[in-house]
Amino acid sequence: MHRQAFREEAFELLTELENALLELEENPHDQDLLGRSFRAMHTIKGSGAMFGYTAIAEFTHDIETVFDQIRNGSTNINRELIDKTLRSCDLIRVMLDDETAVSESERSDLTDYFHKLNQNKAAKGVNTSISRPSPADQSTAETEKIYRISFKPAPDIFFSGIDPLGMLNELRLLGTCSIVAHLDRIPPLEDIQPDHCYTYWDVILTTTREEHAIRDVFIFIEDSCELKIECIVKMDSFADEQVEKRLGEILVERGELTEENIAGILKQKKRLGEMLVETGLTVPSKVAAALVEQQQVREVHQKRQTTEAASSLRVPSEKLDTLVNLVGELVTVQARLTQTAAVRNDPQLANIAEEVERLTAELRESTLTIRMMPIGTCFSKFRRLVRDLSAELGKEVEMITDGAETELDKTVIERLNDPLVHIIRNSLDHGIEPAEIRERIGKPRHGTIRISAKHSGDSVVLTIHDDGAGLDAAVLRTKAIDRKLIPANAELAESELFHLIFAAGFSTATKVTGISGRGVGMDVVKKAIDSLRGQIFITSKNGQGTTITIRLPLTLAIIESLLVKIQDSSFVMPLSVVEECVELNRSDSTRAAGRLLPIRGTLVPYVPLRERFGLSGSAPLTEQVVIANVEGKRIGFVVDQVIGQHQTVIKSLGTAYRNVAAVSGATILGDGSVAMILDIPKLMIAEENICISP
Amino acid sequence: MALCLMIVDDSASMRQMVSFTLKDAGYDVIAASNGKDALTKLDEKKVSMVITDLNMPEMDGIELIRQLRKLPGLKFTPIVMLTTESQDEKKIAGKRAGASGWIVKPFKPAQLVETVRRLIK
Repeated sequence: MHRQAFREEAFELLTELENALLELEENPHDQDLLGRSFRAMHTIKGSGAMFGYTAIAEFTHDIETVFDQIRNGSTNINRELIDKTLRSCDLIRVMLDDETAVSESERSDLTDYFHKLNQNKAAKGVNTSISRPSPADQSTAETEKIYRISFKPAPDIFFSGIDPLGMLNELRLLGTCSIVAHLDRIPPLEDIQPDHCYTYWDVILTTTREEHAIRDVFIFIEDSCELKIECIVKMDSFADEQVEKRLGEILVERGELTEENIAGILKQKKRLGEMLVETGLTVPSKVAAALVEQQQVREVHQKRQTTEAASSLRVPSEKLDTLVNLVGELVTVQARLTQTAAVRNDPQLANIAEEVERLTAELRESTLTIRMMPIGTCFSKFRRLVRDLSAELGKEVEMITDGAETELDKTVIERLNDPLVHIIRNSLDHGIEPAEIRERIGKPRHGTIRISAKHSGDSVVLTIHDDGAGLDAAVLRTKAIDRKLIPANAELAESELFHLIFAAGFSTATKVTGISGRGVGMDVVKKAIDSLRGQIFITSKNGQGTTITIRLPLTLAIIESLLVKIQDSSFVMPLSVVEECVELNRSDSTRAAGRLLPIRGTLVPYVPLRERFGLSGSAPLTEQVVIANVEGKRIGFVVDQVIGQHQTVIKSLGTAYRNVAAVSGATILGDGSVAMILDIPKLMIAEENICISP
Repeated sequence: MALCLMIVDDSASMRQMVSFTLKDAGYDVIAASNGKDALTKLDEKKVSMVITDLNMPEMDGIELIRQLRKLPGLKFTPIVMLTTESQDEKKIAGKRAGASGWIVKPFKPAQLVETVRRLIK
């Protein structure tokens, strides 16, 4: 189990290391990046050895040493070094899965390289004292400790211009402090000298700082006061030893009492503290100080337990998927409950139903946010891709990312990886020109690929932009006619021609390269995006670059939607595309006007769904038109009745429905019946095609 | 109102450096070039802390500290000595005379400010 946790950590560290290395290539002297690289290697090595990955630990040792040298300036970073380190990352990845998978000879090339670097250093006598830290020496994390500080200032402390309260205040800044003042040194009033200090203190301090930090506070008076600093609890030791000490134990440990005193007292059955004071063995402030110590240790321990529980934990994603499915089922049952309650006309049941509805909605919200991940996790993989590919193609390409913190459903991010790889490969291979050509046409030598993500309503918009050659509409047209994708006399707008690259078997590259150009790329991309219920668009300016825009829903599992009815059939439309609902009267004169509905001065085309789906029965006198808006295009769908907003748990339809363009899934309604989820964008495209063809 | 500190040192560059650092940290600073000068200036103005060099003409730092501790207004005022590594016995003498703390020369401006903050309340 620990090995698994280490593997996950190591994979994360390797990704971080890779990113740092790639950035280091541009800023070789960035101390922060060097520090990060070193720490990543250091942890992989140290923890690796602890969890039995000895081969990895050994392999990483020399690399770590080299990075330590770079960090303190005795070795310089160069491209070869970064290349070798990146290769090492790859090997470590393989070794994490199976240590024996990488043979000694595969490793030796890299080990020799790093070893030689180290030896060169050693020969020069610069900074040879890099000790091989023992793998167990991993306690870099700050651990809290509890100190007991007895501070008894000299009575004449004020005459050296020092205020003991200042010291106590300074201690407070170091951590959590409980301070008990002892007043038993104060003499009777007639003997008091007002400029003398009689009070002394016990301080229980919980801090991550070391003892010398505490001593520093007293630096100027250390020799003129009685000062005792002891570490009473190290947080690591909480696990092993019994945490709480009894009051008597603490007093004995502090030397205030002997064990015999305590044992004698314990025979009488009173509270120990009270009895000790009564018998005159100690004064109340001593007992108070010990109690404070006990309290603080207890609190710190409790706090530690709660923070441990509150920090993040790893959960297998299948468990999350099960949870989401269960919530989906719950939403369905809740809908039935609400419906039943409405029919029964029972206020008590209605009350419960409402409460359940509210709770279900909250549960749904929070379950879905668990699955959200920042899209940046997916971006970082592409940096490596861009770097390696551009080197292979001999092009100079820089990748810029934007909005990496944008959150998307985990499943969506995972399934987005392949399409994005295709798109980036295409941009690199076909889009961005070689540096010489770019220079000749007055572009910067460096090509740029910019990937950005942002929220827009209930979807996430991803754009991949390159400043390469762009698409040539004329070439696309010829190709499309060649491949019989469009008739020779077809007249298509530029945007429609661009859209043709998403058609199956379409490739514009005349030469097939290892990277792209087999014409299998873009149609696969489109299919993948479709399956995510997303949309993909392409815009391009010849000579200036191409932009691909992908719009994706935030989640796949449950959507807010509008429930409508035609005759006895229910349909569901995603609320994200619904703009408004208007009435349509049978007597309306607009009926004649070529199925166009005037809405606030513009004519919106509409489609009677009853007719479109071939449903029986006749339309009511007053029908409803649901106006949908997809990418700025508006279209109305005529239905009999609009029921209202509905939380829809999407159930996918079997393969039999795969080719039905109008529906994207189904859902179960409160009464147990099934409603189809309408695929509004596809319906719109289908309608447009009907309008275009005579 | 900003607290007023005094720097006593016979080296003009040292006075300048200390004044600049402390003014930058938000204090008012008056400067004196030796013990005598300091005592005269302290007659006119009340200060919250005195920072003094030890080796000075006219009146050295240790004597200055002794004198200051006799003045009712400066009995409990923090006094910081500027010493060097090799002046250990001087440091002890200074402490006996009633110095609150010390800074070892050479020091960084940040160290000075930290020591001042530590002793001034």
